[in-house]
Amino acid sequence: MSAFAIETRKVTRELPGPVPVTLVRDIDFRVAPGEFVAVTGPSGSGKSSLLYLLGLLDRPSAGTVAIQGAETSNLSPDQAAALRLERLGFVFQFHFLLPEFTSQTNVEIPMRRLDRLDDRAIRRRATELLETLELGEHRHKRPDQLSGGQRQRVAIARALANDPPILLADEPTGNLDTHTAQIVFELFRDLAHRQNRSVVVVTHDTHLAELADRRVHLVDGVIVDD
Amino acid sequence: MALPLGLDIALQHLAHRRRQTLVSLLGVSLGVAFFIAIASMMQGFQQDFISRIIDIQPHIIVKDDFRDPPRQPVEVLYGDGALDLRGLKPLDETRGIRGARSMLAVLEEEAGIHVAPTLSGNILLRFGGKDVSANVTGIVPERQRRVSHLEKDLVEGATLDALYTTANGIIIGDGVAKRGGIRMDDLISVVSPTGVVLKMKVVGIFSSGLTLMDNFDTYVLLKKAQVLQGRANVINRINIRLDDVEQAAPLAARIERQFGYRAEPWQEQSRNVLGIFVIQNVIMYSTVSAILIVACFGIFNVISTVVFEKTRDIGILKSMGFRDADIRRIFLMEGLMVGVLGTVIGWALGYGIVEFMGTLRFAMEGFVKAQGFILYRTPRHYLISGGMAILSATLAAWIPARRASRLNPVDIVRGAG
Ligand SMILES: Nc1ncnc2c1ncn2[C@@H]1O[C@H](COP(=O)(O)OP(=O)(O)OP(=O)(O)O)[C@@H](O)[C@H]1O
Ligand SMILES: [Mg+2]
Repeated sequence: MSAFAIETRKVTRELPGPVPVTLVRDIDFRVAPGEFVAVTGPSGSGKSSLLYLLGLLDRPSAGTVAIQGAETSNLSPDQAAALRLERLGFVFQFHFLLPEFTSQTNVEIPMRRLDRLDDRAIRRRATELLETLELGEHRHKRPDQLSGGQRQRVAIARALANDPPILLADEPTGNLDTHTAQIVFELFRDLAHRQNRSVVVVTHDTHLAELADRRVHLVDGVIVDD
Repeated sequence: MALPLGLDIALQHLAHRRRQTLVSLLGVSLGVAFFIAIASMMQGFQQDFISRIIDIQPHIIVKDDFRDPPRQPVEVLYGDGALDLRGLKPLDETRGIRGARSMLAVLEEEAGIHVAPTLSGNILLRFGGKDVSANVTGIVPERQRRVSHLEKDLVEGATLDALYTTANGIIIGDGVAKRGGIRMDDLISVVSPTGVVLKMKVVGIFSSGLTLMDNFDTYVLLKKAQVLQGRANVINRINIRLDDVEQAAPLAARIERQFGYRAEPWQEQSRNVLGIFVIQNVIMYSTVSAILIVACFGIFNVISTVVFEKTRDIGILKSMGFRDADIRRIFLMEGLMVGVLGTVIGWALGYGIVEFMGTLRFAMEGFVKAQGFILYRTPRHYLISGGMAILSATLAAWIPARRASRLNPVDIVRGAG
């Protein structure tokens, strides 16, 4: 068994068509537990595409992706979904909270889907997560009643709900001011170093990327610098 | 946290599209309510009609003809060949059921069967310069009262025995009486097709509730009918009443096989009306189906709209680890909820309409006379309408639900991010 949280070998993703589009090519990429990696690169270089492949939202055309040492190419869609639910947390540029529900409920949703804790424990854990992210008094507000930074923190709380060993974030600070962005990045670093999670964050802010343990630079779908 | 997660999300979606959801809900409710009201009304009428027929008419009538006429001697000899017969004289035979006496004896042997011989024909009633045509049936009162409702339907006169106690007595339907301006105890001339004229006295007027009978039927003693028709000792019908009405069809078939004469069970006598009932039912089911189809378009519309509006949420749920089936279930549940809630409201509404119709009073005269709607109440109507509504609501939700479950989360998060 590999010691890596994520390990890819020669991952290539092509979109078929009259003129095939290569999103990423021959990616060999490893993330250790407790490591905080920033993925940088110009717009259109394939950063998001890579993240979707790591998160099993997309399947490679060639090559393999292993999550915690387990090969994923033979998983059925339902098995991949189960893996996402348990071991992967996503944060996107836009918060993607369900607008009808309060922060509290939004954070509870992945736990309720996983159905491993009882209702009381789920509620308590959601509350705790929100309090850790200093959102305690905003628990019963809906997303439209929160600021951008608050929403993004709720989204991070939701990504952490099922206590995943891996956290993937696609430009999570794209819509935040520099100060808030800094706070969010420090949070990611804590999640990696204090809680031993593997955190992969896509950003094109090189200054913020400095906070990461490692920087991976993508150009035209290829890793040019690691 | 009482609600399951999927249900919670489904409810939020419907609440978000409140007005559209209400319209679909209303459609389903109306479909269900109309079904219950119309079904109760129509089946009430139909069952009432059938029970009146079973109550009033003989359950089997044996007639003096044959289902398959006997083949003529020349047919037997020459088959399909065309023949030119000269000097042929049709035999002037007296029609009627031959061997009726022994047939009656055989039938009477069996338990649960009551038989009454009759002779029917046409007559003209002449009263005060007015002619009214009618059917006349010659009966034997003590037998007739066991096979038909006639005696109980008398609105004037006490019993069928009046035919014995009054010389030349006749019992007429209230419709006949009305048409001829005839009243109880009137003396009327009865003219038969053979030219016999008898002065007869009205000793009874009946009202069965079956319009056709009340307007055309009259009864005299069998002997008098035979005199009118010039057919001494002849009967042309045997009326049979059974203790168990279910036996009518099989017994009729057996009689035909045994005696050769045509034996019609009550279903065959009322074939026309029963056929109309079938058409009525088809119309009813079509109408209600049409309402439900419209309602289902509404449901389809709401859920399609929600799927479209909530594409982003579907993408995020999937990226979180919701399976295709989880997503499909959410939207199917929305259809199901509209179906179930619509059904419950429709049941209440339908119940209300039926009870309201039950309070209405008016006179109507079609196949039967009635004062107001005859309503039939059965849980079956509720089950059928609810089943149809819930099934079609779920089907209507199926298509958008399937589309939602097949959305690719990458397309969604990429598109929006
Ligand atoms: N469905 C598609 N059809 C064609 N080309 C596509 C499709 N999706 C992505 N691409 C292309 O693939 C390349 C990689 O896209 P991707 O979103 O991964 O880039 P990115 O590095 O995340 O860019 P950004 O920083 O702007 O978010 C881009 O050039 C994009 O135009
Ligand atoms: Mg991107």
